[in-house]
Amino acid sequence: MAISNVWVFAEAVDGKVKTITLELLAKARTLGGEVTAVFGGDGATVAEELGAHGATKVFATGDLGDKMPGVAIASAVAGAGQSPDLFLLGTTYEGRDVAARLSVKLDRPVLTNNSEVDVDGDTVIATTQIFGGSQLVRTKFTGPGPHLVLVRPKSFAAEPSGGGAAAVEELAVPDLGPTGGATILDRHVEEATGPKLDEAAIVVSGGRGLGEAAKYEMVEQLAKLLKGAPGASRAIVDAGWVPYAYQVGQTGKVVKPNVYIAVGISGATQHMVGMKGSKHIIAVNKDQEAPIFGIADLGIVGDVHKVLPKLIEALQARG
Amino acid sequence: MNIAVCVKQIPDPAEPGTLNPDNTLKREGKLILDESDSYGVEMALQLVDKAGGGEVTLVSMAPNGVRDGLRTALAMGAAKAVLVSDDALKGAGALDTAKVLAAAIKRNEFDLVIAATESSDGYTGTVPEQIAELLDLPSVTFAKHIEVDGSTVKIQRQTESGYDEVSSPLPAVVSVTAGVVEPRYPSFKGIMAAKSKPVDEVSVADLGIDSAIVGWAGAGQEIIAVDQAEERQAGEIVEDDGEGYAKIVAFLENLKVI
Repeated sequence: MAISNVWVFAEAVDGKVKTITLELLAKARTLGGEVTAVFGGDGATVAEELGAHGATKVFATGDLGDKMPGVAIASAVAGAGQSPDLFLLGTTYEGRDVAARLSVKLDRPVLTNNSEVDVDGDTVIATTQIFGGSQLVRTKFTGPGPHLVLVRPKSFAAEPSGGGAAAVEELAVPDLGPTGGATILDRHVEEATGPKLDEAAIVVSGGRGLGEAAKYEMVEQLAKLLKGAPGASRAIVDAGWVPYAYQVGQTGKVVKPNVYIAVGISGATQHMVGMKGSKHIIAVNKDQEAPIFGIADLGIVGDVHKVLPKLIEALQARG
Repeated sequence: MNIAVCVKQIPDPAEPGTLNPDNTLKREGKLILDESDSYGVEMALQLVDKAGGGEVTLVSMAPNGVRDGLRTALAMGAAKAVLVSDDALKGAGALDTAKVLAAAIKRNEFDLVIAATESSDGYTGTVPEQIAELLDLPSVTFAKHIEVDGSTVKIQRQTESGYDEVSSPLPAVVSVTAGVVEPRYPSFKGIMAAKSKPVDEVSVADLGIDSAIVGWAGAGQEIIAVDQAEERQAGEIVEDDGEGYAKIVAFLENLKVI
């Protein structure tokens, strides 16, 4: 026996399907069976793109209005009258909410933070990285499906399948009762300049070693000179030096740029798991015992306050 | 206003983690309050203060009746704690944990449940929302700002591109990010007072939960292998002699990114 149908939680921003969704679709196609997308919104806006990446069908709830997406989508899926063998969701704000609500509704476990999914006969196995990515834990589901698996962004490569538009089917959101009490009053978009952190070819991240919030400016300046994006360790986000959106790590963004420059970051496992997939890693830190040097292609043991100004000056001189 | 705050006692994240032979995380020795939870505790204390009455109750699950981390949160100002400690919970997954915590929360009156977005050892990030579903309540995850106005809670919820303003009737479940508020350090007086604060230690059976459906028995999952990940090799590590920056420039040049 093999699994016969896989559902993928689809997310989109302004009608454009998110990369994590395309990554999940690419994986779902390799697992066997029919691939169906589940979308909290107007299915017609995404049917073509989802189809081009392998979904033959999209279950769409229609516009969710001011409802919290997690509970609305999970309730719709639980009430769909049919269910998949495997439901793949991205480790995103909405993906986690949907998976969590659904796991209770269906009384099924959810495996989280996975970087690989395999199917062996009718057994589904998910792999997660622990201890900063130094060890891989493979876990199989032992009970009946649907199996819920949350997958970290950038675990798989997105790849079009050349399929036609996915057929749109309505997925009704039932009355949410007390769970539907929370509503969205307003949405604020914070404009960011430069490339996005999780899409940039070069990322420069700063950590506690910068000493004080004002010094983060050097990180921003360096990122700008390299046409990259600035990032941060959890330590300085918690300290309030920069917004949460800058955070690279387990809690935060997963980045896999061509070049990652870690400045004043010691390399807590929390951070490493979010950036160790980078192609090239440069680290500057004054402590030569810092774990970050264990994975750096080039490590400079030195004072960031001396190295960075010179580096910035040298890059500026090149124009 | 009464607030239940879910807290986890974890091995110090600064120490390298190790696994038991059954592949569960080693939790022997001293456990500390997960730093992520200190934000929720502080937020709850401030909300209760503002409301002019009520108390903060901690809800936690830990092996061997461990209380080190709970004491930290009690010293910050929480009034009491419910601690679920039971061997049957070994191997419990996120769903089991949520079932246990939801039942433990119900032992006291509450208007609001606060939790961190995820723990710093397990990182599943699903427990708060699972608790909400089990309690049949609305929930708002990733709150970066919380205000309570009468029987309504207003939240700024972190999103990929900014934040949403969300409103919910109470009771509700809210998960908070670091940065929602600056946690206080326990005062000496707080530390002394914590020693005599009540900790209601209960077993799974006390919560009316069948021990056959939680822990390994009820997890519905089984770890089949733990392998070493392919290691990334360290490259060239050099001491800065004033010319360290030039090494970086040369490295970037070599990659043709500048």
